[in-house]
Amino acid sequence: MEKNQYLEMFIDESTEHLQAMNDHLLKLETTPDDFSIINEVFRSAHTLKGMSATMGYEDLASLTHQMENVLDAIRNDKLTASSELLDVVFEAVDDLEAMVNDIAEGGEGKRDVQLVVAKLVKLEKGEGVDEVAATKELEKIDGNEAHVYDDFELTVLTQSKEQGFYAYQLDISLREDVILKAARVFMVFEVLEQVGEVIKSTPTVDQLEEENFDLTFSVTIVTKETEQDVHARVMKVSEIDQINITTINTDEQKYVQENSSNNEEKNTEKDKETSSTEVNNDKQVHEEKVTPSANKTIRVNIERLDSLMNLFEELVIDRGRLEQISKDLKSSELTETVEHMSRISGDLQNIILNMRMVPVEQVFNRFPRMVRGLAKDLNKKVNLDIIGAETELDRTVIDEIGDPLVHLLRNSMDHGVETPENRLKIGKPEESNITLKAYHSGNHVFIEVSDDGAGINREKVLQKAVSSGVVSEENGTSLTDKQVYELLFSSGLSTADEISDVSGRGVGLDVVKNKIESLGGNVSVNSTPNEGTIFSIQLPLTLSIISVMLVEVQAEIYAVPLSSIIETAIIKKEDIMAAHNQKVIDFRGSVVPLLNLTDFFDVPTTKEEDEYLSIVIVRKGEKMAALVVNSFIGQQEIVLKSLGKYLTNAFAISGATILGNGQVALIIDCNALIK
Amino acid sequence: MNETVLDDMKVIVFQLKDEEYGVEVEQVRSIERVQHITRVPSTPDFVEGVINLRGVVTPIIDLRKRFSIDGLEHSESTRVIIVTVGAMDVGLVVDAANDVIDIPRDAIEPPPVVVGGLEAEYIRGVAKLEKRLLILLNLDKVLNPDELDEMQEIEGKL
Repeated sequence: MEKNQYLEMFIDESTEHLQAMNDHLLKLETTPDDFSIINEVFRSAHTLKGMSATMGYEDLASLTHQMENVLDAIRNDKLTASSELLDVVFEAVDDLEAMVNDIAEGGEGKRDVQLVVAKLVKLEKGEGVDEVAATKELEKIDGNEAHVYDDFELTVLTQSKEQGFYAYQLDISLREDVILKAARVFMVFEVLEQVGEVIKSTPTVDQLEEENFDLTFSVTIVTKETEQDVHARVMKVSEIDQINITTINTDEQKYVQENSSNNEEKNTEKDKETSSTEVNNDKQVHEEKVTPSANKTIRVNIERLDSLMNLFEELVIDRGRLEQISKDLKSSELTETVEHMSRISGDLQNIILNMRMVPVEQVFNRFPRMVRGLAKDLNKKVNLDIIGAETELDRTVIDEIGDPLVHLLRNSMDHGVETPENRLKIGKPEESNITLKAYHSGNHVFIEVSDDGAGINREKVLQKAVSSGVVSEENGTSLTDKQVYELLFSSGLSTADEISDVSGRGVGLDVVKNKIESLGGNVSVNSTPNEGTIFSIQLPLTLSIISVMLVEVQAEIYAVPLSSIIETAIIKKEDIMAAHNQKVIDFRGSVVPLLNLTDFFDVPTTKEEDEYLSIVIVRKGEKMAALVVNSFIGQQEIVLKSLGKYLTNAFAISGATILGNGQVALIIDCNALIK
Repeated sequence: MNETVLDDMKVIVFQLKDEEYGVEVEQVRSIERVQHITRVPSTPDFVEGVINLRGVVTPIIDLRKRFSIDGLEHSESTRVIIVTVGAMDVGLVVDAANDVIDIPRDAIEPPPVVVGGLEAEYIRGVAKLEKRLLILLNLDKVLNPDELDEMQEIEGKL
């Protein structure tokens, strides 16, 4: 079988199943008696086992098999889904995840799982359910009369039958004077593989290759050929004495299995039951798989979407160029066509951007597990609520926000919420709540992490900030509460008294802030003592195409992102005031510092100073600044381009774009301009 | 015959003031005429800015200023040589680019020690060809972004 062809699908589906297992196991922990959940987990585990065995990932298959046994025991009321038991199951899921990741990265998916397997076996044996041994005994039954198939082989047989294949058992005996037994066997297998697929052989292929058999062996195959054809083909191999072909009936097969296990303990009875339910399960899974295709969706490689986006970016640049030309030429026909094209490409842009949108669920769904684990480590009782997991964000943003969110959640769990004892003391319910909420608003997506913990201790933060030199003592006292909380984002500040394993390792919230800002978003914090803390992240919907205001600074053109502009204004020169060497203006009642871009960017002066100044008021969080420019050109959608690897840290420039006239304009990074 | 081919190195020859320099053909992507260059503020003085090179924003440096040769107004013969170093493309402004020649490897000598100092680092060797003298540049050094940062820091201090 050509493996690579299916590898991607295998990885995608395995990840989905693992995620489903994680989700359901978490549910199971809260409602241990809900059998429908166990069935869900079981189904995922089973499909995973089948897939990995087909793909030849033995470790993966054996671990899932063991897990399945434990789950089965739970399902049959032999074990209860206690927290300790689930810990081990979770551990197994972690291992599975690691293996799948390894495969995704091109590895073999091998991993030492003996420890977990041993734990699972122990769990299982805790109730004396010795299925493993039973299964092994089953396999040992060496039959020349009829094969005994395990669950997996049975499934394959049933499924291939559904798809119109025949299943035959071939009992082949070689002539007594045969010289090269192994070679003949090899030739037989080669012939068989031409017509179909070999499911099983007795003795095993290894034993056959080592000539570890007498003169007869039997093989089970699935094929579309008729009995006679197969017979004729195999007989072409010389030195074969005779072939007996029997058609396998899967129903009978179960009967055979039942028969052969009659002598076994009662436990085996269970095994048979499992195998038949499993077959059913598999059918169900099969049916489920069909539904999405009825939904008219296709899987598209992300790289293709990326290249589509790149091509579209080129188109946007040309669109800008055409708009410029039509404006210059003033031909009404051209203007009409260009306007039409602009509208259409605007629609196209929406569709392309939408295609790249993925629900934040992708990031959120690993958090319940993480919170559960952390709560155990910290001896806290935490309930995590996730709201708005279906909110969509650009894929590039999704890839990046995982870490900052992990950090904020850890922070809330470690510093935010109190221990159960402390909570009871102050009259709060023992279990604390952490809410993770995502929602759309305008051109932005907001993600909030809130807790109902103790809130931020103003004094503690200030003290720390003063001692680490972030603010001076005098300045500290005049800060508002909100300003104090914002200090948490400055580097080198962790308010945890002791450095714990969870958070506060010196890499603090400043890392979160930097990351979010590099994504073009911002993060803020608010807190009420004893009621809780809320971290709010604002993110742009997309990163590659942004709306800007083009401005002229002397002869140069700069782009200011619309997301940071509050408004534009024209002021008189005499309105400028000075406050300690800093020019400021009074803007709607607040004092806003004035920054002359000509001076700031050392732009060669080409224009005479005017009595009136054009200013752009920009903001960063609550803070504002007024940028002095020479004139406004207008608003435009532009494609964000990087300055390249050579110029990585041009100050206050976040990137560049190509204008309609083919020239490059720089994009001003307003976040860097305001401290 | 084959041996001589193997031992030859193809270089693009360009001019800076009175001297001739060479860069290996493999490192050169294209040679462009000067077009509109957008200045990038707060960068070292030899960084001319960025241009739109067929949709890619490409940084441009002025080699005269890079080697502390007094500047010259761009003229008809001024060219931008786009070179690739590692994963980055950078344009070099030169007075003129006028030749592609093969030079035998054994004609290349190590840079003269006497020159010493900062500049010798940028030179990989000197090729003597009859009456011409060709300075072969070590582009990895000339276009080292780390050095760019350092220069920026030094300038910041001044």
